[in-house]
Amino acid sequence: MSNTVRLLAFAGARDVLGASELVFPLDAPCTAEELLHHVCGRFPALVPYRRSIRVAVNGAYARPDEQVRAGDEVALIPPVAGG
Amino acid sequence: MSATRIRREALSLDEVIQIVARPEAGAIATFLGVVRNMNDGRSVSLLEYEAYGTMAEAELERILEEIEREIPGVRVAATHRIGALHIGDAAVVCAASAPHRGEAFRACRELIDRIKARLPIWKREHGPDGPYWVGWEDARCAPDHGEHGHHGHAHHEHAHHAPAHDEKR
Repeated sequence: MSNTVRLLAFAGARDVLGASELVFPLDAPCTAEELLHHVCGRFPALVPYRRSIRVAVNGAYARPDEQVRAGDEVALIPPVAGG
Repeated sequence: MSATRIRREALSLDEVIQIVARPEAGAIATFLGVVRNMNDGRSVSLLEYEAYGTMAEAELERILEEIEREIPGVRVAATHRIGALHIGDAAVVCAASAPHRGEAFRACRELIDRIKARLPIWKREHGPDGPYWVGWEDARCAPDHGEHGHHGHAHHEHAHHAPAHDEKR
C-alpha cells in the first residue's frame, strides 16, 4: 500500500477503466500530468480523451505540474456536466 | 450553513433564498436549472446525475467564497441534486443577494457559470438511442489541437492540458 495512490474515475472515464476506484502504483513522486500519462499507458482506450480529462488531487483540481505523492486520492475528471 | 449542498432529495428555492436574505439586501436574484425534454436535437426521458461528492461539496464551497470575496456586499447560496431526475425537475438552484439588483444578477450569473464549469458532476442522458454521458464523446480528440486532432493519432506525449476551464482562483 506504500507506493500507490487511490485512483477514482467518474462517468465516461469510469466506463473506460472498468472500475470507479482502483489502487494505482506510483513508483516515484510525479506530477499530475505524468500520472495521467501513466494511467493512459495502462488504459490505452483513455488516450483519445486525455486532453479533456482534468486531474484532481485530494479533492481539488491540480495544476499539471502539481506533485502527486503516495497515499494521495487522485481523480480523473471528465468534462463536467452539472446544472 | 454546512448542510450537504449536493443531495438526492428535491431542491428548495426557498431554502437558498433564506440563506442569502438579510435586512441590507434589497435584491435577491435566483436561478433554477431544470431538466428539459431535448438536448442537441435528441429527446430526453431521464437524466442520471452523479457527483464526486466530497470534491463537489468542497468546490462549491470555494465558488461561494470566491464570489462573495470578488463582489462586495453579495451573499450567494446553491444546492445541486444528483440521482435520477425527470423532465421538469430542478437539478440546481442558486440565489444571490445584494443591496441592489445589478450585483445580485451578476453574482447569480457567476455562480451558475462556475458551477457548470467546475463542479465534478456528470449526467447520463437516457433517450431513444440508449444512455450516454453528456459531453464525453465530444471530449474525444478535441479538434482545436492541430495535428493531434485526429482519431488514432493521439499517442504522442505532448503536454496538452484540459481545455477551456479557468479555475479562477
